[in-house]
Amino acid sequence: MEVPILKQGPYLIATVQSALSDEDLLQLRDAIVQKVGQLRSRGVIVDVTALDVMDSFATRTFRDIAQMIRLRGADTVIVGIQPEVAFTLVQLGMRLEGIATALDLEEGIALLDRKCKITSKATTTSGR
Amino acid sequence: MDSTFRATPAPATTREPEPEEISVVILSDRDIVQARQKGRELAGRLGFSPTDLTLIATTISELARNIVLYAGRGEIMVKLVNHGERQGVIVTARDQGPGIPDIPRALQAGFSTSRSLGLGLPGVKRLVDDFEIASQVGQGTTVTVKKWKKLNGR
Repeated sequence: MEVPILKQGPYLIATVQSALSDEDLLQLRDAIVQKVGQLRSRGVIVDVTALDVMDSFATRTFRDIAQMIRLRGADTVIVGIQPEVAFTLVQLGMRLEGIATALDLEEGIALLDRKCKITSKATTTSGR
Repeated sequence: MDSTFRATPAPATTREPEPEEISVVILSDRDIVQARQKGRELAGRLGFSPTDLTLIATTISELARNIVLYAGRGEIMVKLVNHGERQGVIVTARDQGPGIPDIPRALQAGFSTSRSLGLGLPGVKRLVDDFEIASQVGQGTTVTVKKWKKLNGR
């Protein structure tokens, strides 16, 4: 099941629509990392509202995505983690350290807007 | 409605009670998704809370992944326990893989031999009420976990 990745201004939005196998997750990771360069995106939102299970492999892959995107010079926000999934992740002992999260797509975009504004301000004041 | 169809007896499946047990052969990562979806569906019939259903599905996912990672093939069985006061599910993950030489070590937090791709068994242990493991080197591994339904919500 392929995850559509849409360009929305300076951002990429990947909306997970059904359960993902390990292979699907790795494909998503590779596609995002490639597209962020192709489209010169400033931020990536991964919407996981439709995921009813996030096991250790999925969590690890989302962590990898965020790390790789950072290395590509953009920010990642994971949005839509369901309450049951959040509970399970905590029970499992899985962490999403260093990864931005937001309640939903709207909040995710707002978060990226703030982040990108801060970055551009910093570069204009310190750069020449 | 055709007379030729009427001549054959009605299919037995129409009156058969719903199965109390499912079994999924685990060969690849696709089967992991299959197993956890079927397991959740079955457990859903007992009226578990959404949180417990997610815990059960995640448990199945981790156990099935262990099979793919360590044994290559195996089987996940999910069985409903629905008698007396206690209701719950029993999940059994069985493989004929290499087995676990040092079970206490495999149950230690943070221990995983396959470059920590799976979370390992300690994570699974925290998600369930009852956890049993039997393993013999060269023979395989069987993990059996139980999750009981809470009587009045959580």
